[in-house]
Amino acid sequence: MAITHPTSPPPTTTKKSTLGGMARREEISFYLFIAPWIIGFLLFDAGAIISSLFISFTNWSALSAPAYVGLANYDKLFADALFYKAMSNSLYYGIGSVGLGTIVSFLLALLLNQNVWGISLFRTIFYLPSVVSGIAVAILWIMILHQDFGLINSFLAFFGIKGPGWLVQPEWAMPSLILMSLWGAGGSMVIYLAGLQSVPIHLYEAAEIDGANTFGKFWNVTVPMMSPVILYNLIVGFIASIQGFVLVYIMTNGGPANATLVYGLYIYRTAFINFMMGYASALAWILLVVIIIITVIQFAVARYWVYYEGDLKQ
Amino acid sequence: MQQTPILRPSLLGIRGSAVVWRVVIYVLLAALSVSFVLPFLWMISTSLKQSQDVFSYPPSFLPNSFEWQNYPKGWRVLPFNTFLTNSLIVTFANVIGNLISCSLVAYGFARLKGRGRDFLFLLLLATLMIPREVTIIPRFLMFSAAGLTNTLWPLILPAWFGYAFFIFLLRQFFMGIPLDLDNAARIDGANNWQILTQVILPLSQPALSTVAIFAFIGNWSNLLDPLIYLRSTELYTLALGLNLFRGQNFTQFNLLMAVSIITLIPVLVVFFFSQRLFVQGVSLTGMGGR
Repeated sequence: MAITHPTSPPPTTTKKSTLGGMARREEISFYLFIAPWIIGFLLFDAGAIISSLFISFTNWSALSAPAYVGLANYDKLFADALFYKAMSNSLYYGIGSVGLGTIVSFLLALLLNQNVWGISLFRTIFYLPSVVSGIAVAILWIMILHQDFGLINSFLAFFGIKGPGWLVQPEWAMPSLILMSLWGAGGSMVIYLAGLQSVPIHLYEAAEIDGANTFGKFWNVTVPMMSPVILYNLIVGFIASIQGFVLVYIMTNGGPANATLVYGLYIYRTAFINFMMGYASALAWILLVVIIIITVIQFAVARYWVYYEGDLKQ
Repeated sequence: MQQTPILRPSLLGIRGSAVVWRVVIYVLLAALSVSFVLPFLWMISTSLKQSQDVFSYPPSFLPNSFEWQNYPKGWRVLPFNTFLTNSLIVTFANVIGNLISCSLVAYGFARLKGRGRDFLFLLLLATLMIPREVTIIPRFLMFSAAGLTNTLWPLILPAWFGYAFFIFLLRQFFMGIPLDLDNAARIDGANNWQILTQVILPLSQPALSTVAIFAFIGNWSNLLDPLIYLRSTELYTLALGLNLFRGQNFTQFNLLMAVSIITLIPVLVVFFFSQRLFVQGVSLTGMGGR
């Protein structure tokens, strides 16, 4: 579309060069408008990632001058038992919380999508816990999961079951954190609910004409139509869950016996408690690589189960 | 008339199973609602109990006496007024910074053409995938070199350079505004700045509110950055102050819960007054992200 501009020079020059001049002016404006992000990107993202790589080749302690140590940090890392422990803890938490969280939030969305009365009330109830994350919630759950007086064990005792020491027994600590994360399932529930409500009704009607039952409609219409949203949530949720360590820091601080020492917490400790910036940067870079690999795998596997409506239209 | 006896049994059958299905759904919803609400009730009830009643057995949701003074009492244990002021400064500086910077950048991506625009936009989305741990150490060293650690600046400055998630959200919204409006304004002699501030932004209030709400809630409960950058107690935010309180008075759960509830009130107020926007924002970005 040609845009006439009142202040553009009179048509003594050829049309082509006028447009070229305007395009150039528009391009300058474009870069001016996005300049804040460009600067932020160069400083806080790209610059940070690259300098992180350089720091990972040093023994910087943030107190003394850094010295180049080559790949020593990476050698140390692959011989570090805590590295493997932290990585497997994070994968455990990520798979557990994202897997169960996806199931729970999808089921909640399906329930709310049944044309129920009071849908906005139920939606508020399920959604609210995901909004009030943070330290207040962590303290609340320390109480709820308390071994002797917590709400859950009191409830179990009512049925004569002696509940475990949720946060103090190594084998129960991680399941407790995963359980707690399910309280925030309402966040993705809202996304799924919006997705379910936008599945065209004519697809269900067509399936009915073809003789599909309730399960058939769910499996052959709902799931394929929702699969891109589910994929998006799996990727974003997994990255977020691998990173999140603040709740863990408050609730167990990695214990008992490093059972909840998640990767982010290990990096935080290495960098900001022990001031080993070089080693912490090496740990962070391995995390970046692992996340890229997992995301690529998720996209590769997605080919087989994610259905894009756009693919058919093209 | 003749049809009714034939139709009726089947109709009844469908209705009968539908009623059972409805009942099952409502029972499930009620049970789930209770388990989602109970922790909140437990929080409120604990905050009103006397210390010796906090861990009474069997647990009771109704306090023996309502100790309303737990709230002022807990609030006075640490300089929570100072923490509140710091939280307000950081949060509002983030909200305003994000609104301004993200609007500018989103306008650029939505309305202006330039070489490499699509690539840059892809790069912008890619930054959402970068784990925070990778950038947090260089960022800390950068702010440290600039002498800004142990100030509120590291918590405020990044917001003024835009945040990919908000830029994406605003850009999607801007692109839904008809281009004719821009062109009409341009014919009237408006430049890009005027089109953004006088045409696009007034029409984008829902998206801007969504950004403001997300920025508010995200920063209000942020613990990681305050934990890393702030050392002096007088600079602590509410989240960090609450963490200090927890470390010092681990057993006084009634006071802890009272202060926790106070810190949650702004979030709850914002949530209840803007739930529709919230849900819209979540679904807009959730759907758009495929």
